[in-house]
Amino acid sequence: MPEKQKGVLLRKDSVKTTKLKVGLGACGIAAGANEVYNELVRYVSTKKIPVMVEKTGCIGMCHNEPLVEIESEKEGRILLGNITQKNIDTIIDEYMEKQTVNPKYIVAGSDYITEHDGFFKKQVRIVLDNCGRINPESIDEYIEMNGYKALHHAIKNMTPDDIIDEVKKSGLRGRGGAGFHTGSKWNFTKQAPGDEKYLICNADEGDPGAFMDRSTLEGDPHAIIEGMTIAAFAVGAKLGYIYVRAEYPLAVKRLEIALDQAREHGFLGSNILKTSFSFDIRIKEGAGAFVCGEETALLASLEGRRGLPRIRPPFPATSGLWDKPTNINNVETYANIPRIILNGSEWYSSHGTEHSKGTKVFALAGKINKGGLIEVPMGITLREIVYDIGGGIKSGKRFKAVQMGGPSGGCIPESLLDTVIDYDSVTRTGAIMGSGGMVVMDEDTCMVEVARFFLDFTQQESCGKCTFCRIGTKRMLEILERITRGEGVKNDIEHLEQLALGVKSGSLCGLGQTAPNPVLTTLKYFREEYEAHINERRCPGGQCKNLISYIIIPDNCVGCGVCLKNCPVNAISGEKKEPHIINQDICTKCGICMDSCKFDAVDIKR
Amino acid sequence: MKDERIMKIIGRYEADAGMLIPMMQDLQAENGYLPPEQLRVLSKKLKVPLSRIYHVATFYSSFRLAPKGQHEVTLCMGTVCYLKGAGKISEAICEEYSIEPGGTTSDRLFTLQAVNCVGACALAPVMIVDGKYFDGVSTESALKIISGLSLEPATGTAEVEAGG
Repeated sequence: MPEKQKGVLLRKDSVKTTKLKVGLGACGIAAGANEVYNELVRYVSTKKIPVMVEKTGCIGMCHNEPLVEIESEKEGRILLGNITQKNIDTIIDEYMEKQTVNPKYIVAGSDYITEHDGFFKKQVRIVLDNCGRINPESIDEYIEMNGYKALHHAIKNMTPDDIIDEVKKSGLRGRGGAGFHTGSKWNFTKQAPGDEKYLICNADEGDPGAFMDRSTLEGDPHAIIEGMTIAAFAVGAKLGYIYVRAEYPLAVKRLEIALDQAREHGFLGSNILKTSFSFDIRIKEGAGAFVCGEETALLASLEGRRGLPRIRPPFPATSGLWDKPTNINNVETYANIPRIILNGSEWYSSHGTEHSKGTKVFALAGKINKGGLIEVPMGITLREIVYDIGGGIKSGKRFKAVQMGGPSGGCIPESLLDTVIDYDSVTRTGAIMGSGGMVVMDEDTCMVEVARFFLDFTQQESCGKCTFCRIGTKRMLEILERITRGEGVKNDIEHLEQLALGVKSGSLCGLGQTAPNPVLTTLKYFREEYEAHINERRCPGGQCKNLISYIIIPDNCVGCGVCLKNCPVNAISGEKKEPHIINQDICTKCGICMDSCKFDAVDIKR
Repeated sequence: MKDERIMKIIGRYEADAGMLIPMMQDLQAENGYLPPEQLRVLSKKLKVPLSRIYHVATFYSSFRLAPKGQHEVTLCMGTVCYLKGAGKISEAICEEYSIEPGGTTSDRLFTLQAVNCVGACALAPVMIVDGKYFDGVSTESALKIISGLSLEPATGTAEVEAGG
């Protein structure tokens, strides 16, 4: 078994030819990585530079996209950030001539741990180990990193019960949000009577602000296929489905490529690794319904119906797809499996806390300096994530809250920043671990508006099957809309609380049961903001249009006229080189003046 | 002629009624929307009531029952994009072109779609025009990008500064 200690990033591989790897996750592509890749291929081939240009998945440093990694035998690995098709040629020339790179482009040094901005320092990469290192479209590179070795070991040397025991001992809990013990779940499906069983990978990552599963699917699709195949062997399934969001076209493409390769190599299909075990996987694309992330709704959708959840029990483990026993796990859960089988449950459970083992992948985003895809050991504190990994709040603003768990989660205030990341501690704050979205908010965020945003989301996504969710979220949204419009009335807070508790206890599925969490946590930790809206007609976050006004600070205004020219309603007047003024009667508070001012002369009166 | 195409789609999934959603997705990919006459063919061939097909078509947000504009403008409304002003951008576009979110301009120039999250949060706010991503957009730059659309296939080469 390979040495796999905590600093998996430290490992140096034997590299012969110098490789240039371009991070081509959806984030990188959005930032222009395809253009960089094409330019690199063109430049290297026309100038006959002896290097290999390769594609890789998401490296995780989204704040420095596009990213290019130089990997050479002599210099190790250097990660370059903010690369464009314009600067890449000069960088390569300099590197080939002097083996150096202008330090302003270096975002992580040869050992990653020495990299100067600390982004990787506190991370432990198990699920993301291959992401951004291998070409996700190459099965050979996956095999080179010990890929499919776990499958081989599991099928040849272990019984299904051995596998389930090993997963149980590892302490792995479902990474989709609920945190159910994976080994026990597998055991239920295995024990369920019947020969026809199914296995499903839930890749319907619908939480806004979450992109962990997308990055894993795009960056290391074989790990998920391997994990699913091991699980299928353990529970006795012959057919599996990956239910993936239609908004992730790149993930679908890479999965299709990976599935074909796995079949060609005999890791998938009939008689896997020349044994009597057969298993195949099909991809099903979602059609845009958040509720389909709920397992019973997902099953309905897979069967070609509306994605409506149903009462459990029976649980999918006994009656799932086409009423057959079905095991459903999330992307990250499956991606952990090959590592657990390969390195042992003891190694895995050495990471984490007593009741939450291993690592968790988070999509760190929002008003933070260094957003990106991170993987941290359970037990790390929120403060370490926000400040040590994320580098603190952008443009020197004050931290206000971190939102965990998307529309089902909650907002955690500054006073609870020392909360450790594990299922139980996070739940105690009123938020949930969720699938791993982590959105950081600063002083310019209105917490009532945030609650309204999430309620608007869940209200729209409510499937309408049960009354509490369908009508309760609607009534809650109406109250929140009234408050943010500046028309809140006495008792609104009490009514909200009452409704929230009703929806929480009366809804059929997880969507409704957790929908009030954003409201309940903001009421708990930011009640004064609700009160300011209702009693003083004031929005402390400076976001609610009816409660703020845009003003020009005369001392900062140089009278350049840019805001005057850009104002769509001609609300700004003033002579050139004289301070301008905004006519509040005309102003529609669109904020274009503030966006366009180069002198910070436009402010929001809260 | 048209029936031939829908028959091909049905054949692709061996007329398995459980594969209704993938068939409808393929149908939409070919036509840009779900043409009613083709849904009727689908209903007949699969022996699935038309009401159930519409039941599904009206449930999932990605299905369209009317043709869309020539260009597709998608605005991400995920948490981070929203925090960074996507709501204001959407309002400005709707006002400028007198449309509602999800609507198509009267000249069929473009359809404005809101998507819950494209998962590119580090680049927020994100706008996607005909498959090309624009990151760190503001009201100003978004309107500028859209004003560059014309009633021919777009190439979309505008460059926007990278946000983070």
